[in-house]
Amino acid sequence: MTGTPGFATDSGATPGGGVQPAAERRSPLQRLPALLRWESLLLLILALLVVEGARISKFFLTGSNFSNLVSAEMEVAIVALPMTLIIITGEIDLSVESMIGLSGAILGWLWSVGVPLQVGIPVVLVVGALGGLLNGLLVARVGVPSLVVTLGTLALFRGLANVVLGPNAISNFPAGFTAFGFNNIPGTPVPWTLIVFAVLGLAFWLVAHGTWIGRQVFAVGKNKDAARYAGIRVGRLKTALFVVSGLIAAFAGVILTSRFSSARSDNGTGLTLVVVTIVLLGGVDINGGKGTVPGVIIAVFTLSVLQNALRLAGVSSEYQAVAVGLLLIGSVTAPYLARQTRLLADRARRGRPPPAGSIAPGEVVG
Amino acid sequence: MIHRVHQLAASVAIVALVAGACSSSATPAPTAVPSVAAPSAAASVAAPSAAPSVAPSAAASPSAAALTVVVIPKQINNPYFDVAFKGAQKAATDLGGTVTQVGPSAADATQQVPFIQTATTQGVSAIVISADDATAVAPALQAAMAAGVKVVGYDSSPAVGAYNVFVNQADTAGIGKGLADMACDEAPNCTGEIAVLSAAQSATNQNAWIAAMKTTLKDPKYKGLVLDGVVYGNDDPQISTTQAQGLLQAHPNLKVIIAPTTVGIVAAAQVVRAAKKTGSVFVTGLGTPKGMQDYVKGGEAPEFALWNVTDLGYLAYAVAADLVNGTIKGNPGDTFTVPSLNNGQPYTIGQDSVVVLGPPFVFNKGNIDQFVASFGF
Repeated sequence: MTGTPGFATDSGATPGGGVQPAAERRSPLQRLPALLRWESLLLLILALLVVEGARISKFFLTGSNFSNLVSAEMEVAIVALPMTLIIITGEIDLSVESMIGLSGAILGWLWSVGVPLQVGIPVVLVVGALGGLLNGLLVARVGVPSLVVTLGTLALFRGLANVVLGPNAISNFPAGFTAFGFNNIPGTPVPWTLIVFAVLGLAFWLVAHGTWIGRQVFAVGKNKDAARYAGIRVGRLKTALFVVSGLIAAFAGVILTSRFSSARSDNGTGLTLVVVTIVLLGGVDINGGKGTVPGVIIAVFTLSVLQNALRLAGVSSEYQAVAVGLLLIGSVTAPYLARQTRLLADRARRGRPPPAGSIAPGEVVG
Repeated sequence: MIHRVHQLAASVAIVALVAGACSSSATPAPTAVPSVAAPSAAASVAAPSAAPSVAPSAAASPSAAALTVVVIPKQINNPYFDVAFKGAQKAATDLGGTVTQVGPSAADATQQVPFIQTATTQGVSAIVISADDATAVAPALQAAMAAGVKVVGYDSSPAVGAYNVFVNQADTAGIGKGLADMACDEAPNCTGEIAVLSAAQSATNQNAWIAAMKTTLKDPKYKGLVLDGVVYGNDDPQISTTQAQGLLQAHPNLKVIIAPTTVGIVAAAQVVRAAKKTGSVFVTGLGTPKGMQDYVKGGEAPEFALWNVTDLGYLAYAVAADLVNGTIKGNPGDTFTVPSLNNGQPYTIGQDSVVVLGPPFVFNKGNIDQFVASFGF
C-alpha cells in the first residue's frame, strides 16, 4: 500500500526537492559519482582535444603555446569560481564583465592622476566588493530576481566606467605591473596569473566541497525554503556570494588591465557570456543545486585548449564561435538527456510502471 | 573513496598538461616588457644620423619559399581590409612567399592579441598588423619581435617600439587638412555645423587624422565651420547607422558629416538619403570608390578621399619581405624600391620608422567612374 497519494512508504523529504522513493534516496556522498561522471567525460574531452591539438599543429605542445593558451583565459577563469557558487544557489551574476571594465577604468584613472598602484588596486577591490554588495542586497533583501538585478548593474557599472574614463585609454603603466599580467615566471612557461588562479581555485574547491559554507550553498540551491527552515541564513549567504563575485571581478579587471597595459572603459565586454559558458560546461546546473568546482576548473582548460587548437589550425573567428556554441549546447543538454535515459532505464529495470500518484524527481510537492 | 579518486584524476590531468608543455621544446617567452611610448601624430621627416643604406629593389630572395606572412587587420569581414589583403596576395605572387589573413570579428584590440600570439608561436616570418589600440597590442608585438618575427604596421599604427616599420597610407597632417578642406567645400560658403563619425574610440589612425583636422580648423579660413563633436561607430554598420541618425537628430542645423572610415561614410550617406536630407546635409570623409559611387552621383557625398588600398597591402607585404631577407633594417633613412609602386621611385623610411605610401586621391562626380574601373574597389 503506497499510503497517501504522493508519499512513498518511507517518508522524509530530501533536499532534492520533492520526495523520492527509498530505493533511490542516497546520501550526498553516494550521489557524487553520478555528478562526477560529467567531470570524467569532460576530462576525456580535454584529453582528446589535447591529442587533436598536437596532431593539428606541431606548435601546440610547446611552452610558449601553453603560456598563451593559459594566460588568455585567466581573468575569465577566476571570475568563473564565484560564479559557480552563485549559479549553484540558483542565482546568476551578469554584471561581472562590467565590473571588470569599471575596476580597470578606475585603476587607470587613479593612475593617471598620480595615485600609486599600491593604493589604486585596494581601492578598486573595495569598489568591486561594494558593487557586489549592491547586487546582493537587491537580490536577497529586496527580492528582485538576480537575472534582472545583474542585468541592470551590467549596464550601470559599464556606464560608470564610461563616466570615469570616457573615450580615453590609460596606457603608461609601469613595466612591473604589465609584467605581472603578461609574463611568465622567469625560466618557465607558467604565467604568473596561473598561480593566482591555482590558489583561488584550490580555495574555492575546498570551501565548496569541504566546508559548511559549501554545504549551505548546495542546500540553498536545492531547496531554499527547506534550507531556511533548516536554519541557514539564505539572504546573508547570497549577499556574501555576490560581494565575493564583485571583488573577484574587480581583481580580474586589474589583471586584464595589466595584461594589455591598457585601461579602457570597454575592457571586458563580452566576458560574462564566456564565464557562464565555462561554468555550464563544467557541469553546473543552471537551475541550481548541482555542480562541482573541479568540473569548472577542467572546463576552463577545455575551452581554452579548444579555442587555442582552432586558432593554431587557422580556423576563422566565426567558426570558432560556432564550435564553442555547439560545445555549450552539448554540455547543457547532455545532463538532461542522460537523466531521461536513466529514468527510462530505471523503469525498464524495475519492470513496472511507476505507482499512480508518485512524484517524478524534480516535481514540486504542494 | 570514489570521490577522492576523481579528485586525484583531475589534478593529475592538469599536472600532466603542465608537464607535457614544460618538457617539449619551447620558445622562451621574454621576462621583461619595456615600457612603450604613445605614438606621436607628427608628420614624418627623415633625419638620418648615420649614412642611410640604399637597398636594391625587392626581388624574390633565395629564402622566399620560407617567407610566411600573417596579416592581422583591425577586423575581418571589413571590405577595406579585404582589398588591402588582395594587394598583399598580389605581392606574394610577385615577390614570393605565402600570406594569410586572420583576425577578430570585432574591432577589439584584446581580441587581436591571441592572433598575434598564435602567429608568434607558429614561428611566422612576419606579422603585418593594423592595430585596434596602439598600446594594447604592444606587449604581444614586442614578444613577437623578441622571438625573431618582423612586425610591419599598416593603416593603424601600433605604439612606437612595437613594430619594425609602419606603412602609413598617407601623410597624417595631409589627411587632416584634406578632411577639413572637403568639409569646407561641401558646407555652403564654408559655413555651418559639422560633426565627425569615426571608427573605434581607440583607433590610432582615425584619432590622429581627427586631431590633425582640428588643428587645421583653427586657421581663420575655416572660422565659419563649427565642430559639434565626434561620435564613434566602431566600424560596425549598425552602430555607425545609429550614431549617424543620432547626429541628425541632435543637431538639426548640421551641414556636414565627416566620416574618416569606409564603414562610417557609407552608413552616414545611407542615413542622409533615408532621412531625405540630400542636398541639405552632406557627407564626406574616407570611402571606397565602389562603395560610395551611388552616393557621389546622388549628391549625398559630393567629395571624399582615399588612397589606393590595394597598393597599401602590396607595400606592406613588400616591406615585410624586405625586412625578413635583410634588404632593409627599418631604420629612419633606409630607402628601398618596390618595382610596381611609386613609378619605381624609391621610398624613404622616416622618423619613428614610418614610410608613407603616397598622396591620397579625392573622388567626385567627375572622376568616380574612372577610379572604380581602375582601382577595382
